[in-house]
Amino acid sequence: MDEADNKGAPSHDLAPAPDADSSIEYLSRAALIRRRFWRHRLARLGIAVLLPLYFLAIFADFVAPYRADTRLKGFKDAPPSVIRFGVEANIFQPYVYARKRSFHSKTFREIYTEVEEVKYPIHFFVRGEPYSVLGLFELDIHLFGVEDGTNITLFGTDIVGRDLFSRTTIAARVSLFIGLGGVAISFVLGCLIGGISGYFGGIIDEFIQRVIDLLIAIPTLPLWMALSAAIPIKWSVTQTYFAITIVLSVVGWTGLARVVRGKLLSLRDLDFVTAARLSGGSDLYVITRHLLPNFASHLIVSLTLAIPGMILGETALSFIGLGMQEPGVSWGVLLQDTMNFGALVHQPWKLIPGFFIIVTVLMFNFVGDGLRDAADPYSL
Amino acid sequence: MSAQPILKVQGLKKYFPVERGFLRRVVGQVKAVDDVSLEIGAGDTLGLVGESGSGKTTVGRCILRALDPTAGKIHFQINEQMTVDMARINRRDLRPLRRYANMIFQDPFYSLDPRWTVLDIVGEPLKLAKLASGRELEERVAHLMEIVGLESKHLRRYPHAFSGGQRQRIGVARALATNPRLIIADEPVSALDVSTQAQILNLLKDLQTEFGLAYLFIAHDLSVVEHISDRVAVMYVGKLVEVAPKERLFFFPKHPYTEALLSAVPRPEPDLEKKRIILPGEIANPADPPSGCAFHPRCQYAQDRCRAETPALREVGPGQWAACHFAEELELVGAPQ
Repeated sequence: MDEADNKGAPSHDLAPAPDADSSIEYLSRAALIRRRFWRHRLARLGIAVLLPLYFLAIFADFVAPYRADTRLKGFKDAPPSVIRFGVEANIFQPYVYARKRSFHSKTFREIYTEVEEVKYPIHFFVRGEPYSVLGLFELDIHLFGVEDGTNITLFGTDIVGRDLFSRTTIAARVSLFIGLGGVAISFVLGCLIGGISGYFGGIIDEFIQRVIDLLIAIPTLPLWMALSAAIPIKWSVTQTYFAITIVLSVVGWTGLARVVRGKLLSLRDLDFVTAARLSGGSDLYVITRHLLPNFASHLIVSLTLAIPGMILGETALSFIGLGMQEPGVSWGVLLQDTMNFGALVHQPWKLIPGFFIIVTVLMFNFVGDGLRDAADPYSL
Repeated sequence: MSAQPILKVQGLKKYFPVERGFLRRVVGQVKAVDDVSLEIGAGDTLGLVGESGSGKTTVGRCILRALDPTAGKIHFQINEQMTVDMARINRRDLRPLRRYANMIFQDPFYSLDPRWTVLDIVGEPLKLAKLASGRELEERVAHLMEIVGLESKHLRRYPHAFSGGQRQRIGVARALATNPRLIIADEPVSALDVSTQAQILNLLKDLQTEFGLAYLFIAHDLSVVEHISDRVAVMYVGKLVEVAPKERLFFFPKHPYTEALLSAVPRPEPDLEKKRIILPGEIANPADPPSGCAFHPRCQYAQDRCRAETPALREVGPGQWAACHFAEELELVGAPQ
């Protein structure tokens, strides 16, 4: 007891604290949010789909039987391989048939027919084309594969005979992580600019808000196009990737800045914030201990809901040829092959990357919905 | 009333600029508080009463410098040796002095951070004043909880687990944490139901006796103030209209506005004949107050002089001050004795 400190103030005679009943736990807000989130079925579905997708993207080199640029000779525009299952020597064994190529007599389009006499078993953890792991060391183990001399193309091949399954998994890396990267940059910009706007208020606030109005008023696609056109063609795939991330965030931060500003304004004048100030808390203390924790949940929701926009943005840019460029792959790049009508009619498997985009965006929206519903167990 | 006031407010003014347009041109002033002077003695309670929009909350917030006053002096006696002018002092210098005064808020649902446990909330002033930490902090908070009538085993609970009255007790515990000399209670019971109101008022009264606290008790009706105040000040559109010891104000009001407020106090005697004074219209807009006495458009005794001349707050009886030209002539009805 430092009663000596309290000059002139009446002293509180402190009794020893009675033993606290620590056996009863009380749920914190974070625990309540988690609970409500897991009760949201669609959000659970979203997580259940997105997590494997991200794992797929991270381990794409391992899962894909081929590299993104490997051409399977004599197998251009081949349809997806059909996997069959059989039991051989008491072991359950999936296999594919060998395929024979012929040409249509009038259109000279490729026709692939299965040769039922020749079975190729699918092996797991096979050696194949080498790939580098994080640029540190090389590895050549793949999840599955078939013997040399034939091939397995789960999603078919493209016009030059590259395996679409391998390309889709490897493209997932760009497409899935560009959303996270873009949102990360938007997050920093949005928090900073929105924070300044909400905290200082007055003419600074007015100015920033009008700039945001202006940015939102510009149609996004032309703006992205203009910015993408400024990316030098000579840049490497990685450099282009980061440049596009930044292009996407240039527009993405505005919404987030508004959320941050709005939350700051609404929380700033609440009594518990005043109470912290009146107890001697500095501005920084109040912001980091009271304001930020109270709108963190809203931020996370906004971030989650912003990711699909980023993914779609990258797809749109790449689709019209201003985003990722060959040899880089993203789902948008892969969809370029569906631009002509013939491909859609005769090689519908080329739309499979589009299906991945739809599923990803949908699942992110489900997760975002779940988070939004969960974020406000006791709305302020 | 003790001889030496621990809080002396002189000529306090708080104007809020009215801004318009993109460049935030100042087109007018809202005179939320216009020339208010108050005194509170050590261990005393001053009740501050007025309608919504009368500026009473602004007075409280200016005194603790939650708002920067436009003009005026706020002399706060920290201890026998030291008095500070809360209106002038640098915010940084004020921070270590925060522990000598604190506030109880109106709405117990907004005044506690929903993400903090009770231990953190009540311990915050202690922590910020560096008075206690760790185990000792926990003990002191537990003790504070018992002082305000809550069980100390609930320290790890979050505010949402408590009722309105319990939350307000937590708010009281927080205000008490650093052994302050002055507590501004900003409508501490108006968000609570009547039975809980009485409990909190009794708690505040007991705490005052126990710790010698001085209260500025802000309320919008006189019935709440009656129980707890030594003196009562009535505000109308940013100005004090009457200040008096509680008994004088209740039984011998000298301002028509006080009379009207008194007639609105519910009395639990059914036989009593009720003569409610219904004030016509709304409280005046402090951005555009009426000429002369701000109360004249609603005053049943108003005369030409009231429209032209602003009445000064003057002593009209022993310790009783009123701002009415006709304070001496009018026969105003007080509370039934």
